[in-house]
Amino acid sequence: MAAGMLRFITCGSVDDGKSTLLGRLLYDAGMLADDQLDALRRDSRKRGGDALDFALVTDGLDAEREQGITIDVAWRYFHTARRSFIVGDCPGHEQYTRNMATGASQVDLAVVLVDARKGLLPQTRRHTYICALLGIRRVILAVNKMDLVGLDADIYASIVEPYRALAASLGIESVNALPVVSTDGDNVGLRSGRMPWYQGPSLIELLETLDAEAPPPPQFRLPVQWVNRPDQHFRGYAGTVCGGRVAIGDQVLVLPGGQGAQIERIVGPSGDLTEATSGQAVTLCLDRELDISRGDVIAAAAQPVPVADQFGCHLVWFGDAPLLPNRSYLLRLGTATVNARVTAIKHKVDVNTQAPLAARRLELNEVGYCNIDLDRPVAFERYADNRTLGGFILIDRQSNATVACGMLDFALHRAANIHWQHTDVDKATRALAKGQHPLCLWFTGLSGAGKSTIANLVERRLAAQGYHTYLLDGDNLRLGLNVDLGFTAEARVENVRRVAEVAQLMVDAGLVVLVCVISPFAGEREFARGRFADGEFVEVFVDTPLAECEQRDPKGLYAKARAGQISNFTGIDSPYERPAAPELHLHAEGQRAEQLAEQVLAYLQGRLG
Amino acid sequence: MQGLSHLDDLEAESIQILREVFACFRRPVMLYSIGKDSTVLLHLLRKASRPARPPLPLLHVDTTWKFREMIAFRDRVAAEGDVQMLVHVNQDGVRQGISPLTHGSAVHTDVMKTQGLKQALDKYKFDAAIGGARRDEEKSRAKERVFSFRSAQHRWDPKQQRPELWQAWNTRIREGESVRVFPLSNWTELDVWEYIRREKIEVVPLYFAKERPVVMRDGALIMVDDERFVLREGERIEQRRVRFRTLGCYPLTGAIDSRADTLDAIIEEMRASRSSERQGRIIDHDGASSMEKKKQEGYF
Repeated sequence: MAAGMLRFITCGSVDDGKSTLLGRLLYDAGMLADDQLDALRRDSRKRGGDALDFALVTDGLDAEREQGITIDVAWRYFHTARRSFIVGDCPGHEQYTRNMATGASQVDLAVVLVDARKGLLPQTRRHTYICALLGIRRVILAVNKMDLVGLDADIYASIVEPYRALAASLGIESVNALPVVSTDGDNVGLRSGRMPWYQGPSLIELLETLDAEAPPPPQFRLPVQWVNRPDQHFRGYAGTVCGGRVAIGDQVLVLPGGQGAQIERIVGPSGDLTEATSGQAVTLCLDRELDISRGDVIAAAAQPVPVADQFGCHLVWFGDAPLLPNRSYLLRLGTATVNARVTAIKHKVDVNTQAPLAARRLELNEVGYCNIDLDRPVAFERYADNRTLGGFILIDRQSNATVACGMLDFALHRAANIHWQHTDVDKATRALAKGQHPLCLWFTGLSGAGKSTIANLVERRLAAQGYHTYLLDGDNLRLGLNVDLGFTAEARVENVRRVAEVAQLMVDAGLVVLVCVISPFAGEREFARGRFADGEFVEVFVDTPLAECEQRDPKGLYAKARAGQISNFTGIDSPYERPAAPELHLHAEGQRAEQLAEQVLAYLQGRLG
Repeated sequence: MQGLSHLDDLEAESIQILREVFACFRRPVMLYSIGKDSTVLLHLLRKASRPARPPLPLLHVDTTWKFREMIAFRDRVAAEGDVQMLVHVNQDGVRQGISPLTHGSAVHTDVMKTQGLKQALDKYKFDAAIGGARRDEEKSRAKERVFSFRSAQHRWDPKQQRPELWQAWNTRIREGESVRVFPLSNWTELDVWEYIRREKIEVVPLYFAKERPVVMRDGALIMVDDERFVLREGERIEQRRVRFRTLGCYPLTGAIDSRADTLDAIIEEMRASRSSERQGRIIDHDGASSMEKKKQEGYF
């Protein structure tokens, strides 16, 4: 099958008709054999219906048949003339976030079901959030039970439009929507004649043609899975390539140790190869003897994989017992297993609204943003860049149960061997002397969004009220402290790190600090947040559409970027990652800076002491 | 996995699972049932350890009622010498004279297959047993994990199974506990045959159509493979052109009428087929959700 394989999941709330849709999909693809159809007819009659109950095709286990709900991820296999499919049926029931995350970790596409009578439910938002959290970037929205709303185009539109906005806000890049009646098969296998207002493809046609697979990460990485050493004549490092390609003669670096070597031989599944690419299970031989073991990562020498032992990460908690900070768990990342403890739960995430909530522990099916500390450094990547080297599980040391999955966000850098010098006058003392609660207002947004203008207005008002303030402007800092930094991704990370450190020192000094930096990467904003105590960091997202920023273009930079005179310009040829849950979201389009400054001041009311 | 075909993708995934077993368990074994899935699994096992020999033995739990051609095939595989073949027979069952013909499929399968397997696992203290089961075979298998956890009593509890994310498998167990590992989880029956064709893998000849002596019994075509098969009143042996879609104990395995005597013809027949693979397995029909119950008791 030339189109290759598509792995996807279906998710929806209880009674959205998910199992029915899946059963119908298998039926329409011609995958139900005669004996299975006979069993289906028998079982459908037992349930008291004459029509085929397609939900019975996929409900496998006794317990859930009795309860009438799907309680675990079930994997199904089908093919059409154009493509093979593996589909995970993910449960919609409230307490099974765990299974959704499990299913989502294996696929690149999700089919989200909505009952046309009910529209978007909190569960719809939750399922979409978990898909996005696990790295799914493409969703098919199937609005089901259209027959029960009179096959009405307006009702369909009233569900699809807000869903698109919701999905975009959560980081889903693409949504294909379609109306279906899964019991009757409308738009499942064949296009329906009953909804002429929908001219798009059927579900099967969509699945056959969508290019859902994320391109593999470009840089060569191979986590060593097994050292194959049958005798003294052969020593090979077996593993599956999880990024880029490698060829005989390539220079590689083995991490976290950092030893360099050259690729001497590549053993593939059917014999020796000259090169290997992402997805292949191979065995690499190096030109020199090194001490390499399972858990090490072999990477391109020119683009080595980073190494760290402290991270900011999202955790989805699966354990019956709650996550407790500082308890030791086993962490498995790539092929490495190390001891780990969660040093801080920065916040938990309300999975229905994505609002950050204060938390001291994480309970079953809760999602949290945490700092995690390992007992030794490991090679890693951000989950957004590489699922294999950024996705991990936590294992309970006593029961051996898998109690969480996690997605690495960025490394926290520990200054080894340098110890904090205690001083007698502390932050509280300094704040008291100034009669205020210090905090950091972190303005993020595109160039020309209005960050500095708004911050300037806010600072004037605060100063007028007698507060001790300081405005750290990204551009100004680049003229001094950060004069050595350019605009590559690495330089931007370092830029934000320095600004965050300076802001933190100023907050420590008791000041109200206003920071204006584009800070395009969520990871660095989270790093900045991690430098402050709870409640001290206020992320202000100045949300001005790119078109408007470009039209304003106060410094003429967009014109230069469009003309190709400057590169790595945020919004043009360098990404801006929208904040998922800022404390303040300023919708700046069509608003005057004064109005937006008022919103910031209103937020600060009562928070500065 | 751009650029890799669908079969390459499945092959790579299976090899990765096998290597995980090599790396994470002290006493692993591969259960070898002589059928097409086991044969593909052995082929993948050799690929996973290349250029070394497979670092674990095979185990065949012999119920003493397998087709003669299966046993001959097994002995030829063992004679290749690159991998150790262990054969275990439940001698208690032999002493009791357990037979599918007199005790029925349920008792025979439980004693000779399920109990026999448990005996062998206990005898050799295996901590990981690799099997060729696929998720597309049967409903309750659809939720089976790649690394399926078993208690010290070999029991499978659907509620105790660990969530599996990415390829970050949790292979940790305590003394006495074990896992069953299913590298072919994501393969379909059609994938298996297409792979056999692509890789030119030899399989037991019983899969190919040929004139064979069969008896119609309880709606199934049973091949008379040796003198232990006693005809009931009114039954008569006929020569029919048949083949087998799955292989097990010969009195419990139904043949299908077929003219497919090449791999191309088998694949063609399967694409056109209107019945599912396990239909020929008499043991699956013992009761509603019977496979799930057998699994809980320790059947593979």
